[in-house]
Amino acid sequence: MAFEYKQASTMEQAMQIYAETKSQNRHPAYYAGGTEIITLRRINQLNVDVTIDINKIAACNVHQMEEEYLVIGSCITLTDVEESNYFPLLTMVCKEIADRTARNKITVGGNICGEIFYREAVLPFLLTDSVLVLANETGIRTEFIHHVFEGKLLLQTGELLVQAFIEKRYLTQEYIAIKVRQQWETGYPLITVAALKMDGQIRVAISGLCPFPFRAFEVERIINNQSMSREERIDLALAHLPSPILNDVEGSNEYRLFVLSDLLEKIIDRLEGV
Amino acid sequence: MAESRQNLVIVKLRINEENHSVVIPPSKTLLATLREDLYLTGAKPGCFNGDCGACTIIMEGMPMKSCLMLAVEAQGKEVITIEGLNNSPLQQIFIEEFAFQCGYCTPGFIMNGHALLLNEAKPNKEKIKEWLESNICRCTSYEEIEKAILKAIANRNG
Repeated sequence: MAFEYKQASTMEQAMQIYAETKSQNRHPAYYAGGTEIITLRRINQLNVDVTIDINKIAACNVHQMEEEYLVIGSCITLTDVEESNYFPLLTMVCKEIADRTARNKITVGGNICGEIFYREAVLPFLLTDSVLVLANETGIRTEFIHHVFEGKLLLQTGELLVQAFIEKRYLTQEYIAIKVRQQWETGYPLITVAALKMDGQIRVAISGLCPFPFRAFEVERIINNQSMSREERIDLALAHLPSPILNDVEGSNEYRLFVLSDLLEKIIDRLEGV
Repeated sequence: MAESRQNLVIVKLRINEENHSVVIPPSKTLLATLREDLYLTGAKPGCFNGDCGACTIIMEGMPMKSCLMLAVEAQGKEVITIEGLNNSPLQQIFIEEFAFQCGYCTPGFIMNGHALLLNEAKPNKEKIKEWLESNICRCTSYEEIEKAILKAIANRNG
């Protein structure tokens, strides 16, 4: 069947449209920025024939500080994140995604839920143990990000990422974020790291090293063990990474590990003495 | 937006302060609609992938890549294309500074630069670079383009 564009102004409408079109053996997808849906459909790499525009759903457009949390709706654009700058680490990571004009359209939810494996916007959410609000036909659920994000967001069929909650105490912690590209300052990423120091411990999340972004819990355990020298910790950390290490046109697996060792050193430099 | 049985949609657009109605499939991008249905060919097709910026238009005061947007998304919004600038000061300065070679990327750069001037009172070099990194000039006129933007800012601010 031909492509259809539908709009939903409430979560319930969006779920209903999704369920109806799915029951017709069609391939619906929620649509906010839509940049990835448009580009992947153009080259026949995404089988979506019904887009459900969620930009009018109020909950997906919340972007505010509450008493204990920063709340970010899934339809908030990366430019909005940068200009509001509630969470400098998130701003720093988002500012390096795509380019300024594209960021006027790319949304936080779209980047986290995307098919393209970098999904860098998720790194600060992983570092801050954020809580995600997910909506499906049976209602709304809240989940710690670590329970529902394993390389990608594990959404149920028809489920929608609505919001993310970040505890305010994380927003003012020391941090560092570095994006390394193959060359220059534009182009696809080689590796992006984001790190934050909380309760005296360095936390690390990585994108572009493996075909999925991840919170590097094992790396954290090793680099926080100051009974070893810095070099020993970095060497050991490199031996405790998930697999596979990417080996593609942007960089070989050996080169990626070389770059990561340098990035880990920079993270320790920046955060260990703080 | 009214849907017909043929899965065509009637889309009402506001482009360069004029109202337009077009009948298109809902999958059609704003770029294709501007060029094929409204004959506004200033926005250029380049990469179709959001990388080159040649198709940049201004929507609600912000630069947008029209290849990354469905035309149906532009309903009810004010869109400006290069045709709507009508010999703006920035266009004049691009001529004075020879800020182009083949010219294919020029509408995109001008639209992005125009949006920058709309949104930022005194953009510094870092801000100019951040915005203009969204556009690619394969003839590498970047220095002249930067000079043109800086001159437009200087002229505007006296």
